[in-house]
Amino acid sequence: MATIPPELRYTRDHEWARQEGDRIRVGITAYAQEQLGDVVFVELPKLGAKVTQRQSFGVVESVKAVSDLFAPISGEVVELNAELPNAPEIVNQDPYGRGWMILIAPSNPGEWEQLLTAQQYEQFLAEGGH
Amino acid sequence: MNTTLKLTPLHDAHVKAGARMVEFGGWDMPVQYRGILEEHRTVRSAVGLFDVSHMGEFEVDGEGALAALQTLTTNDVSALDVGQVQYSVLCYPEGGIADDLTISRLAGDRFMLTVNAANIDKDWAWVTGHAGGARWKNVSSATGLIAVQGPRAETLVGRLTETDVTTIAYYRFASASVAGVPTIVSRTGYTGEDGFELYVPAEATERLWNALLDAGSHDGVAPIGLGARDTLRLEMAYALYGNDIDQTTNPLEAGLGWIVKPKKGDFIGKDAIEKMRAAGVPRRLVGLEMADRSVARHGYPVSRDGRAIGVVTSGTYGPSVERSVALGYVETAHAVPGTDLRVEIRNQAKPARIVRTPFHPSRVKKPRAAA
Repeated sequence: MATIPPELRYTRDHEWARQEGDRIRVGITAYAQEQLGDVVFVELPKLGAKVTQRQSFGVVESVKAVSDLFAPISGEVVELNAELPNAPEIVNQDPYGRGWMILIAPSNPGEWEQLLTAQQYEQFLAEGGH
Repeated sequence: MNTTLKLTPLHDAHVKAGARMVEFGGWDMPVQYRGILEEHRTVRSAVGLFDVSHMGEFEVDGEGALAALQTLTTNDVSALDVGQVQYSVLCYPEGGIADDLTISRLAGDRFMLTVNAANIDKDWAWVTGHAGGARWKNVSSATGLIAVQGPRAETLVGRLTETDVTTIAYYRFASASVAGVPTIVSRTGYTGEDGFELYVPAEATERLWNALLDAGSHDGVAPIGLGARDTLRLEMAYALYGNDIDQTTNPLEAGLGWIVKPKKGDFIGKDAIEKMRAAGVPRRLVGLEMADRSVARHGYPVSRDGRAIGVVTSGTYGPSVERSVALGYVETAHAVPGTDLRVEIRNQAKPARIVRTPFHPSRVKKPRAAA
C-alpha cells in the first residue's frame, strides 16, 4: 500500500499539497509515481506563472505515458524544484520529499479546505482511485 | 482483465512474479516487473529473460517451399544455409509492408517463419493464400519462445546444455537439449546485445524459464517486460511493426533496402518497390535526438523552419544513451544527420536533431569477417 502522510492534503488527480507558512508545496503521491513507473521528464510552469485549482500546471512523463499535473490550489508559482530537470527519478524515489514540484503563493487560501484529507484520499484509493 | 485476451504459457509465472500486465496485440503481457529502467540496465549489463511466446511461428515444407518464400518475401531465401536465419519482410503488391519476420532454414526444403504476434492471423491468411504447392503449418500456439539477452547470455545458456553454444554465430541456430527441453537455440534478438532466442514446446516453456532463472541467479538474471524490450530495441533503431513500419510504408523508406533483393526474381511488391527506387524515395526513417528529456511519441509532427516535414513513429527516453530519442519519417531532402528540426510536443516546437543510428552501439556477436 502506498504511503499517505497524514499532514498533507490531496487531489483526486493524485497530487499532494503541504502547508508551509503561507505557501503551499505541491508534488505527486506515492500511488501516482507507482502507477506512472519510471519518471523521465517533468515539465513545470515558469517562475511567477499563475496556476488555477484543478487546471493543468505541467506534465510528467514516464517511459510509457504522459500525464498532466493539476494544481491543488490557485496562486502564483514562487519556487520550482531545480533538481527535477536533471534528476526526474527523484519523483519515484522520494515523492513527498526531494521529488516535490512547485511552491505556490495561494491567491485563494480558502481552496485548501476543498482538498481531500489523508483519510479521504485513502478512501478514494480504496475505491479504485479514479 | 479482458477475458478475450490471449495468454502465453508463462502467463501464470508473470502474474506470480508480480508483473504489471497490459494488453499488447491481443495478448495479456508483462510490461514491467521491477521497473523499465532497471530492467533495461539488467539486459545491457548482465542478462535478461523475455517471454516472446506471443510471437507466431509458421512451418513450411515441401518442394514448393523455397519458391513460395521467394515469392512472398523480399530477401533472397536461396542464399540461406540450413541452420541460418534471415531477416525479411512480407510486402503487398503496392509495396507496403504486411509484416517483418525472420526465416530459419530448418532443412533443405523446410523453413520456420517467426512473425509478429498481432499479425499472426493476417499473415497466416496471406501466406497460405500464396501457398505455391508447399505445406504450411501454423505452430504458433504449440511453440514457446524465450529470449535470453545480455553479455552473460552465452554463459547462462551454455551452463544448461551439453551443446557448445559458443560456436553458434549471429543469425545461426542449432538444435540442443537445454535444461532437458528440446530447443532451437537461435543467436538472434531484438536488444542489440549478444544473446539467444529459444524455441521450445509450449508445455515445456515454464520449465525452461524457471531453469534459466535458477541457473542465472549469480549472473544477475531477471525477467524483462515489454517496456524495456521497447527501450532496448529503440536505442538500436530496430523498427517495430505497427509503429515504424506498416502497410503504408515501403521497405526503402524504412531503411530496409538491404533486405530487398530484386535480382533474385519476382516477388510480391517488387514492381512497386523498384518503381519507387527509380523515381526516388520520398521520405526516410531517421533517428532523432531531442535537446531536452521530453519524449517524442508516435504521431507527433516534425517540422523544419516552421514547415511540416514528417512525423515521429516511436520515441522513448533511452536509459543507456541517457537522452530522449525517436524514430520518424522525414522528407528525403532533410534526412541528413546533423539536421536541426523541431518536434511538436504539446503545442511546443521542441528542438531535435537527426543523428546516425543506432543510438547505442550494437554488441551482437557478428562474425569478424563480415563488416
